[in-house]
Formats: sequence, structure tokens, C-alpha cells
Amino acid sequence: MRAIILEQVDRLLAANSGAPALRRLEAGEWPEELWEALEGLGLPLLLVPEELGGIGLGWADAAAVWQVVGRYAAPAPVAECMLANGLAAAAGIEPRGGFTTFGPRAPFGRFAAQVLLEPAPGRVALHAPGTYAPGGNIGREPRDDITPGALLAEGALPNIHGPRALRLGHALLRAALIAGGVQHALALAVDWANTRKQFGRALGKFQAIQQQLAVVASEAAAVSVAVSSAAQAVDARGLEGAAFEIACAKVVAGEAAQTAAATTHQVFAAIGITEDHELHHTTRRLWSWRDEGGSERAWAAEIGQAVLAQGGSALWPDITARDNP
Amino acid sequence: MRFEYTKLPPSAVALRAELRAFLAEAGRDWTPAIRARSWMGFDRDFSRELGRRGWIGMVWPQAYGGHERSGLERVVVLEELLAVGAPVGAHWIGDRQSGPLILRRGTEEQRRRILPGIARGELAFCIGLSEPEAGSDLAALRTKAERVPGGWKLNGRKIWTTNAHLSDWMIALVRTSPAPEGGSRHAGLSQVLVDLRLSGISIRPIRDLLGEASFNEVTFDDVLLPEDALLGREGAGWAQATEELALERSGPERYLSSLPALTAGVDALRDVPGADVAVGRMVARLNTLRGMSLSVAGMLEAGEAPAQEAALVKDAGNDFEQRLPEQIRALLEPEDMPDDLRVLLADLTQLAPTFSLRGGTREILRGIIARELGLR
Repeated sequence: MRAIILEQVDRLLAANSGAPALRRLEAGEWPEELWEALEGLGLPLLLVPEELGGIGLGWADAAAVWQVVGRYAAPAPVAECMLANGLAAAAGIEPRGGFTTFGPRAPFGRFAAQVLLEPAPGRVALHAPGTYAPGGNIGREPRDDITPGALLAEGALPNIHGPRALRLGHALLRAALIAGGVQHALALAVDWANTRKQFGRALGKFQAIQQQLAVVASEAAAVSVAVSSAAQAVDARGLEGAAFEIACAKVVAGEAAQTAAATTHQVFAAIGITEDHELHHTTRRLWSWRDEGGSERAWAAEIGQAVLAQGGSALWPDITARDNP
Repeated sequence: MRFEYTKLPPSAVALRAELRAFLAEAGRDWTPAIRARSWMGFDRDFSRELGRRGWIGMVWPQAYGGHERSGLERVVVLEELLAVGAPVGAHWIGDRQSGPLILRRGTEEQRRRILPGIARGELAFCIGLSEPEAGSDLAALRTKAERVPGGWKLNGRKIWTTNAHLSDWMIALVRTSPAPEGGSRHAGLSQVLVDLRLSGISIRPIRDLLGEASFNEVTFDDVLLPEDALLGREGAGWAQATEELALERSGPERYLSSLPALTAGVDALRDVPGADVAVGRMVARLNTLRGMSLSVAGMLEAGEAPAQEAALVKDAGNDFEQRLPEQIRALLEPEDMPDDLRVLLADLTQLAPTFSLRGGTREILRGIIARELGLR
């Protein structure tokens, strides 16, 4: 099931992404056609159980989809909608059609049909969109401060998701998008290095270039592994039960985002800076996503405080104890 | 390259508890200096005890002294030994690569003669790859084994051979016929089993940064090897050594060498401002590297040959274990460190340059990754 969906998403995004599509998105245009196609695949309802009309897949599946979305620099906010609908459904709220976002600082809030909020720890509420103050990140993706409209539904999340499910889900989502974005920046740079010639040979023939891109490949693998293992942990233990793995994934993702952005721009030289180039759109999103859902600094502090409080002798036992079901 | 999520089997949990109980007792008197050396440390009594408990040659057939357990159970044993910096050097090479190589490529007689001794923790192996004129460019090696009546005559030199002076056997990659004119230098290489007690072998210790002679230059001067010293197929040495290197690079020792310093560091850093973020970053990397390493272990267990993935994890792991002592040092003045931590950091600082040299340099590994990416 997962493989089929991943292939469909990949094919759909491949046909609807690239620098022009990303430029239109940044100019404030809603990707109507792409969104309809994504809805046609049922993607916004991927985390919603079948009895509520969804596909009923899990967090590991969702994170795999998010990585694919990241590989195309997210030409539509489908990952955000999957998270909002998934959490609503987990609280027993039947999802509604159209684009659902989450707030208070809502991704693409201006286009939302409804917005999910966390009114109290462990609870989520679905609201009509209300009004918003427009804003954006450095990826020039809309980030709108929402003043919610009418309450449509409210419910309690299962205990395993804990009191800060939206923050944890958001961190996992951003880490997964970064995983895809890093893979994308790497693929662009490898392609460029094999094509662009200087001093009579392809850039990729130079060891200096090879060695730098090898480091990006290593970071790409690290984020991807960290994200998959965090998503598996959510499936096994809920969002709060997976807080450590999610924190690890967001820390590694944030660090990898910078390494990938800096190195790929260096390999591309001036051409990668221009707005005609896909790298330009990809790295701005990487820098945005590392700040959203908690920076690597914030999540590292959470991990570090717990480790320091437990003491050195507990470190390795605590890490390996997480193998246990 | 792909890194599938790998989950350890349920049996791993009980095994881990068993290891921990044993190591809490066995490691009671290990000094920080011993823990810093970890799998470079050589303690035959300790290796024999591990052998007695069935923790060497775990995945090999019982017919050869093995225990027929899963590769993922073996990983649990390796992790627990490394986490406390146990001195496992006397059996590490035999268990990790020489034994598996003999199992896969050796004759029935070689397997029966050698493998049970490794599994008992009695036979120590060293690795005969590098030479004075052949480092990263391994195919430039010159050590020669010529056919003579009754066997082979071995001449040449191997260098940087860790613990050769304490080992019983070496598996050496040598030239058994000249490289074809204009052809591949990889042709004409073979692997031979060298009993280090044979006459004509001299082992010269070389002092390292720590002032210790943990590695050596081994000279072969008309050493007569028996007929059955040949391991595997004559002329297939390059392919066999490549297989061996994949095993050499794939284990948790490639990111855990400095873990004892983090364990000790955490206690010393409790009240240091900013330590939470720094420790959190290190632990996030540690946990992620573990996931990557387990993924490689899962592929090996499934019978795959993840040579490129292993190279990537080794490179990333070396970077982590190399930086770790520096990151702790950056948070704490030497005079504020407890003695244990100071010794660990001092020794690890002197060991750390080797992390990205041994088993394939950083540059070679990144070259492998680059080729896998489609560069070059």
C-alpha cells in the first residue's frame, strides 16, 4: 500500500513542481490543480482511519510521503493538511473536505477551509478560519497568524499522544520535509557536478567536489534514518512516547539542512543563487523548516536536560531501552 | 543507497541484560585508560571468558565452535562491550572478519582447524593489508608469495598491523603472480593464512601517539608457508579482501569508540551552562548513528552486501567519535574535570586521529560514497 502511494505521489509531484511552480506558490497563488489531484489520491486523509473515511495508514507511512513531498520542495501544503486531519481524527473529529491547516501561526492559513488548534494540553479543536494577519517564512511560504472563527468540533487526543501532540507532530513533519529537501538539493548538485565543465572536465571529477558532496549524502542518510525511526516510534508509542526520537530527528535535520544548503550552493556557485533555479527555492525552504516545529537548539536542550538529569550511567541503558516494544 | 529501519529481535533484550550483569562484574577494575582503548585493548583472559560464555563466533555453525545465533543478537553483544570500553582486541578481528572470511572462503580443513579456537577466544588474528608503499592505494602492495615445493615462500613487509606482536595469525593479502601487462593491478593477488610463529617473521613495534607499541611492522624473509596456507581461490584476493573490508567497516565500533567519555562527561557537565544543548546534539547524533548502524546490520543479516552503506556509516561514525572528546573539552576547563574524565579525554585525544584512518581513510570512504552518488 505504502509503495503504491509513494509512487503515485512521486509521479504527481514530478509533473507539478520545479522552479516556476514554486515561484507561483511564493507569489501567493494556490496550486488548485495539484491540490485537486492530491485530494484525488486521498492524501489529505492518509492518517485518518477508514471508519472516518480516510486511508488509515500510520505515521511511518505519512513520514515516508512527507519525505517525497520534501524532495519536490513542497509545491503544495499537503503535509500540513495530513497532520491536521490526522490529529483531528485521532481526537474523534470527522475530517472535512478542503485544506485544513493548524495554528496559531498557520501554514497557508489564508487558503484554509478550517484550522486545527490545541485549546488545552491533550485536546484539539477544529475552527472555521476566521481572520488572519499575513506573514511568511524565508521560504516565502505563507505563515498566517490566525484569529479563529467559529468552533466546529473539539475532542481529546488519546493519552499516548500526550499534552503537546501538535508541537511533536509538527517537528516530525518538518524533519521529514527536510529529509526530502536535503535529498533534493543533493540530487540537483550531483547532476550539476556531472554536467558543468571547468578546466576541461566535469566538476564531479574533482576530488574536492566529490568529498564535499559525500558529506551531504551522509547527512541525507542520517536525517532519513532519524525520521523513519521517529515515525516508527510514534506508531509504537504515540507522539509523546516518541518525543526523544522526534527530538533527535529534528536536531539532525536542522544540522543537515545547513550543511546541505551551504555545500550545494558552493558546488553550484552563482547559478544556484538565482530565482530561476530550483536550488534557490529548495535551500530557502530548508532554512525555514529547520526553524519551524522547534529549532534544533530547542530540541537538543530538551534531550540534553533529560540526559544530564539522569546521569551518565543511564545514558546508554536509556537509549537501548527504546528498542523494547 | 538505502537504509531500511531495522528492529532488534525480542531475544536481544534478555541478552543485553545478561551482558550488562556480566560486564558490571568483569569490568569493575577497568581503569579509564583501559576503557579509552576499548577494542584496541588486548586481554586474552577476558576474551577467553567471553568465548566460554558463547559470545564469540555467535553466528557461526556449531560444527566450527559457533553458536548459530542471529547477527542482530551479535550486534547487541558488540554494543554492550563497546559501551563500557571493554578490552576486546584479542578476539575482535577474528570474530569480526578473519573468522567469517575463513568460514566463507576457507577449506573444510581450515574451518575445523581454526574457527573453534577463535570462538573459544584463544586465537588472535591481525590484518595484513597495508604496506610501507601501499596505504590507501592497497593494490600497490609488493609482498609476494611464490609457489615452492610443498607450499609457498613469502617475502615482503606489512605495516600498521595492530597487535601483530600479540597475535597468533595474520591473514595477508599478497601477490601470487605478476599483474598482467597493461591489465588490472587487482589480478594476481591472493590471501594467505600466516602462522606468526613461523621462522623468518620479525615483528618490529612502532610507537604511536600514546607512546605505546600497539601497531607494528611485520617483515617476511623467506617464510615457508604450507600448501594449505592459501585462503580461498588463488588470484581472487582482491575480491575477498573487499568482502573482508565490508565486514571491517560495518560494525558499531565505528561510532562508539569515544562513548565512555560521553558517559563520564555527562556527570561532570550537569551544572555547566549550555551543556544541555551540546549534550543533546551529541546524543541526537549517537542515537541516529545507532539507527544507521543497525540498518547495515539488518542488511548483512538478510544476506545482502551493503559495502557502500557501511562505508557511509563508518565515515559518519568516525566523525562523531572523533569530535566527541573535543565537544566535551569545549565545555569544561581541564582543572574542573574529575580524574577519570581527564584521563579518558587525554587518551582519546591521542587515539582519535586514528579513527578516520584505520579500516579505510576518510578520503577513501568519501570516494566510495561519491562513486555511489554517480560522481567521478
